[in-house]
Amino acid sequence: MDRVPVLKIGDLLLVSIQVDLEDRLTTQLQEDLAERIVSTGAHGVIIDITALDIVDSFVGRMLATIASMSRVLDAETVVVGMRPAVAITLVELGLGLRGIRTALNVDLGMAMLRDLRQLHMGLPGTTPEDGARDLAGIS
Amino acid sequence: MDDKTAKRLAVMLAEHRPAVLEAWGATARETLRGRLGRTELARQLEDTYSALQSAFEGGATTAEDPAAAELRDVLVDLSRSRARQGFSATETAISVFGLKEALFSALTDKDAQTLSDYTALSLMVDKLGLFTFETYVNARDAVISEQSAQLMELSTPVVKLWEGVVAVPLIGTLDSARSQVVMERLLQALVETSSPFAILDITGVPAVDTQVAQHLLKTVVAAQLMGARCIVSGIRPQIAQTIVSLGIEFGDIVTKANLSDALQYALRESGIDIARRSTSSGN
Repeated sequence: MDRVPVLKIGDLLLVSIQVDLEDRLTTQLQEDLAERIVSTGAHGVIIDITALDIVDSFVGRMLATIASMSRVLDAETVVVGMRPAVAITLVELGLGLRGIRTALNVDLGMAMLRDLRQLHMGLPGTTPEDGARDLAGIS
Repeated sequence: MDDKTAKRLAVMLAEHRPAVLEAWGATARETLRGRLGRTELARQLEDTYSALQSAFEGGATTAEDPAAAELRDVLVDLSRSRARQGFSATETAISVFGLKEALFSALTDKDAQTLSDYTALSLMVDKLGLFTFETYVNARDAVISEQSAQLMELSTPVVKLWEGVVAVPLIGTLDSARSQVVMERLLQALVETSSPFAILDITGVPAVDTQVAQHLLKTVVAAQLMGARCIVSGIRPQIAQTIVSLGIEFGDIVTKANLSDALQYALRESGIDIARRSTSSGN
C-alpha cells in the first residue's frame, strides 16, 4: 500500500510528495501527519512539492487543510519547492494558495519556521521586524 | 513580346551600353546621395544591365522566363543589400526604373519599330521593378523579425545584486511574449540561486498601461507563490500618475522609487544592516 513518508528532522516534520495524490492517499497523509505532530511534539511541518508537475485546486485544498490542521496542533506549515511552471499555471488560472506559507527550498523553509517559532515564543534575539516576514505570506 | 523583339532589344542594349550606363548611374547616384560608393553602384548597375542583356539574348520574353533566372538573382542580391543597408523603397526601385529613362534618352533614331520595342522593354522593366520591390520588402521583414528575436534574448538578464537578492532590469515595452520570457527567467533564477528576494526594475519601461501592470502583477504573484518576495522599483513620476489615473491596484506589493531603495529594503528585511566604516580622516 502506498504511503507518503513523514520524516522527523529535529523538531520539524518533512513530507516530500513524490506521487500523484488521490483521495485515499491524501486522507492517509493527513491522518499520519496529525499523529506524528502529536507524538513528536513537532512545531513545524515542511511539505516539499518539488516533484509535482501539476498543482490544481484539489492539491491546493489539501495543502490548506494540512496547514490549518497543523496550526490547531501548534505547528506551522511551509510549502517548499514549487516549480516555476506550476507557479505560472496557478497565476494564469487565477488560483492562489490562501493561508499557505511558501519558501523556495527546504533550507529557506526551515529558516522561516525557526524565525516564526522565535517570534511566537518571544525568545530573546528577535526584533519586531521579523514579524514582517509572517505578514508576507500569501493571503 | 516575342522572341524577335527580345533579340532586337538585346542588340539595342548592346549598342547603347556606355551611354545608358552613364545616364542610369547619374540618376541613381542623385537619389542615393553619395551613401553608396560610386564604383559599387556602377558595378551593381553594370551587373544588372549585363544580366538583362543576356536574358534577352537567351530569348526571355517575360520577367518569369527561365532565361531571366540570372537577372532575377542579380535583382534579389541588389534589393537585399539595399534593404540591409537601410535604403528606402524608392531608392531601391529607382535603381531599376532609372533604366527606362536612361535608355530613352540614349535612343537616337526613334522610328516606329524602335518605339514599339522600347514599350515592350518598358513593360518588362516595370515587372522587374515590382519584383525588386517585393524582394526588398521581404528582406526588410526578415531583418525586423531577426531583430525582435535578438531583442527578446538580450533584453531580459537576471542579475544577482546580493546573496539572496536578484534583480531584473526591464528595458523597453512589455508585451505578452516578453513578459512571459521575463517571468520564466526570473522564476528559474529564483530556484537556481535560492534567493528569497526579487526586484523588478521598470526604469527602462517607457509606459505602464493596464496590460503591462497585469503582466507585472502576475510575475509578482507567481514569485510569491514560490516563496520569494518581489519588489517593483524604478517607478517614474509620470508612471506613478498613470497608474493612479488608470486605477491600477498594486495591492500589498512593495514598490520603491529606485533600485537602490529596493535593495536597501531587501537587505533590511533579510536582517542585514549596512553601516559606514569609521575612517581615520572621518569627520
